[in-house]
Amino acid sequence: MFNPTISEEQSQLLETARKFAVERIIPVAHEYDETEKFPTELFREAWELGLMNVELPEAYGGLGLSTLDGCLIAEELGYGCAGIETSIMCNHLGALPLMVGGSEEQKDKWLGRLSEDFEFISYACSEPDAGSDVAGMKAKLTKKEGGGWILNGQKRWITNASHAGIYTGFATIDPALKHKGITAFVVDRNAKGVSVGKKEKKLGQRASDTADVLFEDVEIPDEQILGEPGKGFYIAMEVFDKSRPMIGACAAGLIRRCLDESCKYALERKTFGVPIGNHQAIQMILADMAISYEASRLMYMKAAWEVDAGKKRTLTSSLAKCFSADAAVKAATDAVQVFGGYGYTREYPVEKLYRDAKLLQIYEGTSQVQRMVIARGLLRGA
Amino acid sequence: MTKILVTVKRIPDPDENLKFANGGLDLSSVKWVPNAFDEYAVETALRLAEDVGSKKTKHAEIIVLSICPAKQRQHMTQFLAMGGDRGVIVDANDADYDTAAIAKMIAKVAQDEGVDMVITGKLSQDNEGNQVGQRVAALLGWPQACFAAEVDWDQGSNSLKVAREVDDGVETKQVPLPALVTVDLRVVLPTSVRNGINPADHKFTDGPRLASLRGITMAKRKKVKTVTPADLGVESAGGEKTTTINKPAARAAGQMVGSVEELVEKLATEAKVL
Ligand SMILES: Cc1cc2nc3c(=O)[nH]c(=O)nc-3n(C[C@H](O)[C@H](O)[C@H](O)COP(=O)(O)OP(=O)(O)OC[C@H]3O[C@@H](n4cnc5c(N)ncnc54)[C@H](O)[C@@H]3O)c2cc1C
Repeated sequence: MFNPTISEEQSQLLETARKFAVERIIPVAHEYDETEKFPTELFREAWELGLMNVELPEAYGGLGLSTLDGCLIAEELGYGCAGIETSIMCNHLGALPLMVGGSEEQKDKWLGRLSEDFEFISYACSEPDAGSDVAGMKAKLTKKEGGGWILNGQKRWITNASHAGIYTGFATIDPALKHKGITAFVVDRNAKGVSVGKKEKKLGQRASDTADVLFEDVEIPDEQILGEPGKGFYIAMEVFDKSRPMIGACAAGLIRRCLDESCKYALERKTFGVPIGNHQAIQMILADMAISYEASRLMYMKAAWEVDAGKKRTLTSSLAKCFSADAAVKAATDAVQVFGGYGYTREYPVEKLYRDAKLLQIYEGTSQVQRMVIARGLLRGA
Repeated sequence: MTKILVTVKRIPDPDENLKFANGGLDLSSVKWVPNAFDEYAVETALRLAEDVGSKKTKHAEIIVLSICPAKQRQHMTQFLAMGGDRGVIVDANDADYDTAAIAKMIAKVAQDEGVDMVITGKLSQDNEGNQVGQRVAALLGWPQACFAAEVDWDQGSNSLKVAREVDDGVETKQVPLPALVTVDLRVVLPTSVRNGINPADHKFTDGPRLASLRGITMAKRKKVKTVTPADLGVESAGGEKTTTINKPAARAAGQMVGSVEELVEKLATEAKVL
């Protein structure tokens, strides 16, 4: 049974995540947003505290926490800074193709690295001409005589790409096969022919690194193919089922931040002789934010619970991701409104929330794609 | 191996409003949090024990002691999650015992465990008594160094050099072990605690460390021994009684003044501060 209460151990895990967000992330988030630098030392601290790789199974040196635990932690980090959250939790996304499709030996070799050392793993799926249309990807795996593959292609918008030591990715063995040609692989950053391209300059989430990854005649031995050739599309879809609740959780954290900042400001700022919180129009905004926070939280918790319970979860994952990403954009827009002119300046925290929120509607499947997934699920049964 | 006993207490969250009822505090719905100075005490012990070069070596065993209802030990779990090795709980409502009785229990545990150091917070933020550490040192007949801002463990001479916060500056004194230290705020600055093994300029993260997620999941596997006050030979709660607790008087409303002259005038005649 789905039960949205928090155990004593979960509340302790959250206490660490919350303190990390409030004491370590929030004081520096503005600086990293402005400079677009990558806060490596902060991430190292997160790794040491175990806030990275939370769901890595115990067999590979991880803590083996549940998706719900991971999401609850993501909410706290998202409260602090969505960009920093994205980069910390990206290791989960990057590790998922291995967890979903990898063999014991593959998991042991590649996942073990994540618990032994502070190392990033990136998820390289999107391409310049294939974002929503995953099956349209052009990166190509060519079979070699006598075994193994040669990889060529270009990946775009890859989170943490410039800092990652490992990439999990997807390429096609034959574009004519469409999604039935997609194949998952894992590759070391230092393999010959792997390079990182230009780093994107972004609207928001600027502490997070986003860059191109280039593959030029990269040797991919059979041991680095995850699952069977041609079965990668299903791995990618299962990865998204498992990773999307976490975007919902980050969104919930961002909404809660909007709410806290807005309530505080509504009590401080006076117009017409009274705090603006006395104006009913502001009260309605705050109430709507609280509603969307509560709903987002319950939705990601339910989606995460389904993942943990091993249920069919494509629908709930998409519902949670889509609703909370849209709600976060609305809440952040409204937070800027509550702050008025000050809200539009970089001296106050809400314009950053506004810029950061927008990405939630784009990555790991746009809001339109989520609605397509949801509608398809609905009509399939009809 | 050297043994360090650290005492920890839970207190009502100082950041929340307290309720008053029947001439006392109504603690039925408060959120309990660890006393901040006890967090500093645990951090001090961890830094003394830690070998930053090799996370696996430790130079002391850290025993965390709390007098609290055995079922309400979340603070104990937190301190074990930070890195304490094992716990001792004296199952009792600590509010029912006066500081003399509390000190007797702590001293007895220190003796039974055969510890080399006792580290306590300088006071607990709820009662601000600032008595327990001193009383424990007296009962044990040990030297004490209170209000520590810096602690330097010289393992060769088996002594501690402690820089103490005193009214007009900092006093440094050396105490042979076994000894008792009570810690003040600055002890958690990055270079305040040295153990002779870590590089003298090693910087710890500012403030008490966060419990790592691994620490939290491991904490429940750590041993916690539960004893009663009677086991420690404490039969009586002590003679001290709290008779009443009153709310502080509500603050009078401020006044708006029209000019600097008026302000100076009022400061001189009404407030009488000039
Ligand atoms: C900061 C950032 C980080 C990212 N991190 C990663 C990462 O780590 N790994 C990774 O693989 N990718 C990553 N991405 C890529 C991201 O997943 C894609 O940008 C996203 O999937 C959208 O693809 P696209 O940009 O090609 O947009 P398009 O697919 O070109 O979409 C453009 C617009 O058309 C809409 N649209 C597309 N198809 C349909 C349709 N059939 N019906 C209705 N509307 C449609 C979309 O919703 C969108 O509004 C990241 C992106 C960003 C910006």
